[in-house]
Amino acid sequence: MPGVRVLVGTVKGAFIFESDEGRQKWEISEPQFPGWEMYHLKGSPVDPNRIYASQTSGWFGQTMQRSDDGGKTWDVINNEFEYANDPGTHQWYDGTQHPWKFARVWHLEPSLTDRDTVFAGVEDAALFKSTDGGQSWNELPSLRDVSGNLWQPGAGGMCLHTIVLDPNDENRIVVAISAAGAFRTDDGGATWKPINNGLKSDYELPDPVAQVGHCVHNIDMHPSRPNTLFMQKHWDVMRSDDAGDNWVEVSGNLPSDFGFPISVHAHEPDTIYVVPILSDQYHYPPEGKLRVYRSRSGGNEWEALTKGLPQQNCYVNILRDAMAVDACESSGVYFGTTGGQVYVSPDSGDNWQTIVHDLPRVLSVEVQTFA
Amino acid sequence: MIRVLLPGHLRTLAGSGKEVELEVAGPVTQRTVLDALEDAYPTLRGTIRDQQTKERRPLVRFFACKQDLSHQPLDIPLPEEVVSGREPYMIVGAMSGG
Repeated sequence: MPGVRVLVGTVKGAFIFESDEGRQKWEISEPQFPGWEMYHLKGSPVDPNRIYASQTSGWFGQTMQRSDDGGKTWDVINNEFEYANDPGTHQWYDGTQHPWKFARVWHLEPSLTDRDTVFAGVEDAALFKSTDGGQSWNELPSLRDVSGNLWQPGAGGMCLHTIVLDPNDENRIVVAISAAGAFRTDDGGATWKPINNGLKSDYELPDPVAQVGHCVHNIDMHPSRPNTLFMQKHWDVMRSDDAGDNWVEVSGNLPSDFGFPISVHAHEPDTIYVVPILSDQYHYPPEGKLRVYRSRSGGNEWEALTKGLPQQNCYVNILRDAMAVDACESSGVYFGTTGGQVYVSPDSGDNWQTIVHDLPRVLSVEVQTFA
Repeated sequence: MIRVLLPGHLRTLAGSGKEVELEVAGPVTQRTVLDALEDAYPTLRGTIRDQQTKERRPLVRFFACKQDLSHQPLDIPLPEEVVSGREPYMIVGAMSGG
C-alpha cells in the first residue's frame, strides 16, 4: 500500500511511525531500544526493509543494529570502528593536541545501489564504510589527511555528521564535520579536498575564510542536480552550483540564518527548507515562534511556514539530522524537536500537524516512501 | 561456575536474564571472566571494555563481595566466593546524574 515509514531516533529509544499517503492517521511503534540514545536510523534505498541504526550509551558505548524486515526485528552487527592507522591527535578546545578516539556513530548513509554497502560518520571525525551489511567496517583514512590535526570539536563533539552520495557518480562523496568544514572525494575516498571556498566565519575563526575549521551543520542535495548543494552553516545558509568548489550565501530575508538542518523538496530541486534558530547562544527559535522557512528559488527569498506550528512560547531546537522529506506525489516534510514533538506537513510545508507530542528529545528523523 | 550479574541494558543486548553463568578455564580473574563473557555473548563486545584497548569503559563498574574491583588489576585472582559461585561478579552502570 502506498505510504510512508518514519524512523525517529531519540535520546531514549527509537520510534517508527507508519501511515498511508494521506499522512493523517499514524501507527506509532512501541519504543525500540528503550533507554538507549538512537543517533540515527536510515533505510536502504535499494531494499527499504533493510534499516541500519546507531545505538549508543554513555555507559556502554556504541552498538550497531540492522533490520531486514522494516524495523520489526533487529540484529546486532559489528560495532568495531578501528581507525585505519594511528590517528594521532587533533586540536582540543583549549588549543592543545588531543588523542583521536572513537566515541559514537552520528550518521548512517546506505548506498544508493547496494543494500549491503553503508557509510558511517563517526566521532572523533572519520568516515567508515561497510560492504557486508555492517559485519565489518573499514575507515577511509585519507580524509584525516586533510589537515586533520587542525580540526577541533564543536560543542557537540568532533563528529562527521553529514554524508551526501552522488547518484550519478559513486566515486563522489561529500561529507561535513563539525568545526572542520565540508570535504569531497571524487575517487571513492582515496583522496579528499576541503570544499569551503566562500564560507565566512567571522566570529568563529581567527581567519574567517580559512580552508578548514568552519562549523558546517548540514548539507543536502536534490538527486536530479547533484552539483547543486545547499548548506546550513553555523551562521549562514549557503549554496554551491559546482559540487562545493565555491559557495555563495543565500540567507536572504531569513529572520536568523543560524540553524541546523536543511532539506531539499523531493520533486522541486529549487525548493529548500530551513528552521531558523535565534543564535548559537540561545538555540531556540526567534520570538518563541516555531517557523519553517521555505525558499522556492533556491535561496535568498524565503517565506515563513507557520500553519499548525506553535507561534508563541516555543523554545525548542531542531537538530541537524531531525528533518526529512518524503517522495509522495504531494511531498511531505517532517521534523522533530528537542521537546519531543514530531511534526509533519503533507503538503510541502503549507500546513503542519504533530504526529506525536511527547517523545524524548529527538535526534534524527528519516522517512521512507512506498509507491 | 562463575555467576555474572548484568545491568539492564546489557541483558537486553545479550538476550539474557539478570544473571549469566560462565565456565572459566584456568585462573579466575576479572580479565578471564570478561573474556569468557564476551565469548559467550559476542553482542557485549565493546560495551564493557573498549574494543581496541580492552580498558574498562569509564562509566562501568565491577563489584564483588561488597568491594569495588573497578580499579584493581585485571589479572589478580577473584575472591574465592566468586570462584566457587557463592557470590556473583557484578557488572554495574556507574551512578551518573543527580
